[in-house]
Amino acid sequence: MTSVQAPAASVDQSLQIAGRTFQSRLLVGTGKYKDFAETGAAIQASGAEIVTFAVRRANIGQDADAPNLLDVVSPDRYTLLPNTAGCYNARDAVRTCQLARELLDGHSLVKLEVLGDESTLYPNVVETLKSARELIDDGFDVMVYTSDDPIVAAELESMGACAVMPLGSLIGSGHGILNPYNLGLIVENARVPVLVDAGIGTASDAALAMEMGCAGVLMNSAIAHARQPVLMAQAMRKAIEAGREAFLAGRMPRKLQGEASSPNEGRIQA
Amino acid sequence: MQLYLNGEAQEFNVTTVAELVASLQLTGKRIAVERNEQIVPRSRHAETALEEFDRIEIVHAIGGG
Repeated sequence: MTSVQAPAASVDQSLQIAGRTFQSRLLVGTGKYKDFAETGAAIQASGAEIVTFAVRRANIGQDADAPNLLDVVSPDRYTLLPNTAGCYNARDAVRTCQLARELLDGHSLVKLEVLGDESTLYPNVVETLKSARELIDDGFDVMVYTSDDPIVAAELESMGACAVMPLGSLIGSGHGILNPYNLGLIVENARVPVLVDAGIGTASDAALAMEMGCAGVLMNSAIAHARQPVLMAQAMRKAIEAGREAFLAGRMPRKLQGEASSPNEGRIQA
Repeated sequence: MQLYLNGEAQEFNVTTVAELVASLQLTGKRIAVERNEQIVPRSRHAETALEEFDRIEIVHAIGGG
């Protein structure tokens, strides 16, 4: 597996995306929670500063005073990351981003995801590349969900994506990082932040991504579908921090044979 | 006039985007409006006239990952 060298400094640098600085390297979604109270509590426990949400048709004619997600996840407190979840072509993805920019009064940071089919939710890379180019040309700061193909990741970076976000495994699958070798190649070659954006199932998956040198991890189901979402959000915060520190610390070399930790000298012997 | 609001044909007695938004009790809410696939900025809701069979999308933020 490719290994990426951690920076020499023992003090970590902050995560930088599109000119903004973040202390937390955990990004969270807002879907699948039982209610807004749980959503808010989980986000708070996760320590996330970047929070993603979806854009959908408003429920016309329903209770106009019903609480809105943005009342719980305030744009004053969090960096909101509108996403194009559910888009299957470049045109819909671009429109969704334009609507999101209007919704958030000119906010330019978006998460682009263009899906290939409804059963796998695998990214449609052709439409992703096409819409990424349009959005970047239109002034958006685009964090791009993509496959774990290192060539596509490099292409997105050279196009001007502000972050490349390969899947660990299929969205919502909880299978973790299925191809760490590919992810390693992407991290090794990238000069923009690489974040794992799908497939995380539990804390060790998140820690592994960070140990491999990823700049961050974005997750939703792993927290929202845990038996206790708020507790899992807290676990994920710790896993991200532990994985990052392990990366910075630099792991010991793997050895084929055992090597005692205690000295051989001075043993009592018969 | 008839409008296609969020994909459904409906009859409205309004002339501008602002009036449509008000008739839906969405004034001041966190929404974004598109008319015939073009964004209508909040600042232009009042001056943007509607025409028969316009396709209007009104969206908001919901939970998602």
